[in-house]
Amino acid sequence: MIGDASRVLAKHMLNSAKDLLPIVLVIAFFQVLILQQPIPNIGEMFVGLFLVVLGLTLFIIGLEMGLFPIGESMAHAFAKKGSVAWLLIFAFSLGFGTTVAEPALIAVSKEAADVAASGAMIENTTAAKRSYAEGLRYAVALSVGLAILIGVIRILKGWPIHLLIISGYIMVVIMTFFAPKEIIGIAYDSGGVTTSTITVPLVTALGVGLSSSIKGRNPMIDGFGLIAFASLTPMIFVMAYGMII
Amino acid sequence: MLLLQELYTTFLQTIYDVLPIAGILFGFQLFVIRKPIPNIKRVATGFVLVLFGLVFFLVGLEKALFPIGKLMANQLTAPEFIHDNVETIGVPEWSDYMWVYLFAFLIGASTTIAEPSLIAVALKANEVSGGAIGVWGLRIAVALGVAVGIALGTYRIVVGYPIHWFIIAGYIVVIIQTYFAPKLIIPLAYDSGGVTTSTVTVPLVAALGLGLAETVPGRSPLIDGFGLIAFASLFPIMSVMAYAQLAEWKGKRAMAKESSSSTNQGSTEQ
Repeated sequence: MIGDASRVLAKHMLNSAKDLLPIVLVIAFFQVLILQQPIPNIGEMFVGLFLVVLGLTLFIIGLEMGLFPIGESMAHAFAKKGSVAWLLIFAFSLGFGTTVAEPALIAVSKEAADVAASGAMIENTTAAKRSYAEGLRYAVALSVGLAILIGVIRILKGWPIHLLIISGYIMVVIMTFFAPKEIIGIAYDSGGVTTSTITVPLVTALGVGLSSSIKGRNPMIDGFGLIAFASLTPMIFVMAYGMII
Repeated sequence: MLLLQELYTTFLQTIYDVLPIAGILFGFQLFVIRKPIPNIKRVATGFVLVLFGLVFFLVGLEKALFPIGKLMANQLTAPEFIHDNVETIGVPEWSDYMWVYLFAFLIGASTTIAEPSLIAVALKANEVSGGAIGVWGLRIAVALGVAVGIALGTYRIVVGYPIHWFIIAGYIVVIIQTYFAPKLIIPLAYDSGGVTTSTVTVPLVAALGLGLAETVPGRSPLIDGFGLIAFASLFPIMSVMAYAQLAEWKGKRAMAKESSSSTNQGSTEQ
């Protein structure tokens, strides 16, 4: 049992390390050949890199053990039968809940709060920074929830995806002209940040499950596209958040 | 000791981050589906691992990836480094930052080409398109898209143009391409933008942008520092559609050649 567990851990650690390897190689190449400068605190950085690999590994093993099996079976269960109302509520909650826990979003929103504080956009206190970072994250989570909800309606009705995307683009452009300058960069980034480790597999399971259980829907055309929509709406919502605060 | 303290405070904060998704999944299972959770012990262990994994990951980010991104930005834009390589005195021009663009390009390309979720998507696309879309072709298309996107994003930070010029122009290109690209590839192309920016790449690239905005004269982190990830998720959409168009055009040309050569044969026989 312990032997098995450690073998699984070692295998996943190796995979996570492989994710990090290209970054380490590019940075090492630049440091050694082009910059020719030593890295300060190199010991601490290696500790940090080790923690990143260990953390990512535990996180992914945990997802595969806990979140993904129930998430996927629920996505299939809601997609196959049951009322449309519950399906829509579930779609929203899934988008919202997975986004709040998304690691990259936690990290970037904290960074955004630091930048906003040093730029005197918000007060430079821990409490103000936390509430700003949390506001940002909840704005993004709400928008992802809404995006998945609309995306599910799209699959049910069979609307073409590009109509949604193009109207999303138009909304983004309109909002850009009204939002404060300081929020635009973060807002545009939040789209790409939100859709990673947790959100993508669960949302794809919902989309593909739904489109393969409805007659006349092609999982290839209708199953994909939820993620695209989920990376558009955060831009609109974060700009709205920037206008409110 | 300091490290333990940091782990502990991050742990307390992270519990709040995992609560919503745990609440939602367990809530739906117990109150809507109304069945006990299968393998409850395993699932609970999984959640504990997710929690600890997040804590280690976030502390590691603070210690390694964020500092490295900022350090690289600092060193690559340092006046001493630039003046060693480029003969300019006074205010640096955009062309003095060539190494920054190259670094951005390489980080984008190398992290994307090895991305596991992209490999899975590429295999699926190959299968659905009946082999017209190659696995390697798609992977290279996405990696090039991300690399060009991040490199162009660093150029934008250096010159300080407003980000929405680039993004809106990109949207217009995407919309035009949508009307000409093969229908099957469109959702996949749209998705490839969001999927490719992985959990490890995002913080590093964000730190690179902020570091650049801090060190390039005349830029502010607040206004110019963000936006690299937006570029990295927009450009793959274009490159994937372009690749699909190219693949379709090549296929059509090959077919046209075949049919025209057969009609030629027919006419010479007559």
